[in-house]
Amino acid sequence: MSAYSITEPSKRVKWIAGILVITYALVTIVPILWIFATGFKTPPDSISYPPKVIFQPSLEGYVNLFTTRTRLAQEDLDALPPPRTWYEAIVRNRNMVIAGPSRFGERFVNSVIIGFGSTFLSIFLGTLAAYGFSRFKVPLKDDLLFFILSTRMMPPVAVAIPIFLMYRQLGLSDTHLGMILLYTAVNISLAVWLLKGFIDEIPREYEEAALIDGYTRFQAFMKVVLPQAATGIASTAIFCLIFSWNEYAFAVLLTSGTAQTAPPFIPTIIGVGGLDWPAVAAAASIFLLPVMIFTILLRKHLLRGITFGAVRK
Amino acid sequence: MLDPAQVTMTETTIDKAAHKTPVAMARRIRGLSDRAIAWWFVGPTIILLLAVNIFPLIWTIYLSFTNFKANRPNRDIKYVGLRNYERLLTDTDTWIAMQATAHFLFWTIFFQVLIGFTLAWLINKKFKGNDLWTTIIVLPMMLSPAVVGNFWKFLYQPQIGFFNYVVTWFTGAESSSFEMLGSVNLAPWSIVIVDTWMWTPFVMLICLAGLRSIPDYIYEAAVIDRASKWRQFWTITLPMVLPFLMLAILFRGIENFKMFDLVVQLTGGGPGSTTELASINLKREAFEKWRTGYSSAFAIILFVTVFGLASIYVKALNKVKER
Repeated sequence: MSAYSITEPSKRVKWIAGILVITYALVTIVPILWIFATGFKTPPDSISYPPKVIFQPSLEGYVNLFTTRTRLAQEDLDALPPPRTWYEAIVRNRNMVIAGPSRFGERFVNSVIIGFGSTFLSIFLGTLAAYGFSRFKVPLKDDLLFFILSTRMMPPVAVAIPIFLMYRQLGLSDTHLGMILLYTAVNISLAVWLLKGFIDEIPREYEEAALIDGYTRFQAFMKVVLPQAATGIASTAIFCLIFSWNEYAFAVLLTSGTAQTAPPFIPTIIGVGGLDWPAVAAAASIFLLPVMIFTILLRKHLLRGITFGAVRK
Repeated sequence: MLDPAQVTMTETTIDKAAHKTPVAMARRIRGLSDRAIAWWFVGPTIILLLAVNIFPLIWTIYLSFTNFKANRPNRDIKYVGLRNYERLLTDTDTWIAMQATAHFLFWTIFFQVLIGFTLAWLINKKFKGNDLWTTIIVLPMMLSPAVVGNFWKFLYQPQIGFFNYVVTWFTGAESSSFEMLGSVNLAPWSIVIVDTWMWTPFVMLICLAGLRSIPDYIYEAAVIDRASKWRQFWTITLPMVLPFLMLAILFRGIENFKMFDLVVQLTGGGPGSTTELASINLKREAFEKWRTGYSSAFAIILFVTVFGLASIYVKALNKVKER
């Protein structure tokens, strides 16, 4: 028997705690599983009563998500040659033909461009600023840091009013650049606070040794600090990416077409005759899956990210 | 262009970046004093924040004293003094929105703290596999609120929705007999349920960090002194987790005061204006009725409220920490 601790919970307590937590976890995961399941249902299956837990999987939702379709009369359908691809066959079953691709692809690409663009910019600027705040005597440092944090207290809708007017003047409304700059401004508060915490943890002695060896400050920053902070920078980047990826308020108020990201687009997916829930669920699945993978990768740094570095484990 | 012959195998990416930097610029960077580096490093961030945060804020303050309408930019802008603020504070719609926000804030924080703390406390019993289950519980928090809110609308459908089906299964009430989103009585609770589902893990994670920060020897001393489990909880566990819990409440408070995406997708503020939270009301005024001056005043009031409440709260939090 290993060392016995008087504070270690008893076996029975552990069992009860485990069962309660697992029950909660299973309940809380149901809506997410339901999204993924609905994506593989046919439209009639998705709205059947009672809700179907076991069903014949179908890719109709995904096909509908990526295409626009038109309904044809029976005689016109009969006149057509037989469907050449599996997705055409699915659509043909519903008396429809594919008219073209849907907008989802574009919106998804917009999300990727704006997400990665703003993440790159926030990390670039944030790392520099965090190093500056961490290592140098910047006048009014505490005020500046608090100011950076307080920019997060404004409701996005309130910020959107002047940004909307400003972007209209500058010609930045509904552009990728406009959204990247805006998301960078929002993300940078998180980036600076998180990265400052990570850089604070790197001993100054490392750089001092490098300086004595004849490195300049800038070289010491590039060759000593950056590699040491790599993990911190990577996890901060993922947090910034998740924020831009998920953001809705600015996106819905400031974009309408060319630069619209997926979150404002997904709720507008409408099928032919009634809401096409499998298509909505398919879009949601594609959109949520990357974030879920990132969350699992990030789990060690999660707490730090969500509390702006206020709580470090 | 960089001559490939110059690149040796031992060079790192940083060296390559350094080579690509024009010589004149490289020389200047290398020769910079610490002070100059500090400004070059911090400066761009400050400039960006000034341009995208502070300048618009000042503009909002200015607009709040005018009758400007963004859909009629060519109309003369008239200075109206404090009239926007006066109208706002006497408008019943504002107070209905504030009330809805307060209801939402209070109950989401209440449930999230209760469930979140309990979960953290249970996870801290260190049963086998608790890491895996913690990760699963955390998932909803990281997802896009708008996308998730939109999908919950489906779960809440009266006849076909899975949520209604589960409630029917447990209570026997007819599935089509209640509308979570369509009924004036239930809609405020339906948004509380989704927000609690989504954000309880946040409170849980922070509480868990708090619980794990309590050193074992304190409990050991308590056991030796024959303090009961109950006593240990109230005199050790709770006071030591309190600063963490208060921090969690601060974050949730600010976030839910700003709440927009999740609720706008779920109910759109309806039915009527029962779930019209401050941000949703602001969006209607600013981007549907285009009363830019009036909504700017509302934005300023909201900002002052969050900022004021948060500052007072942080002071209280620091007092608790010092104890």
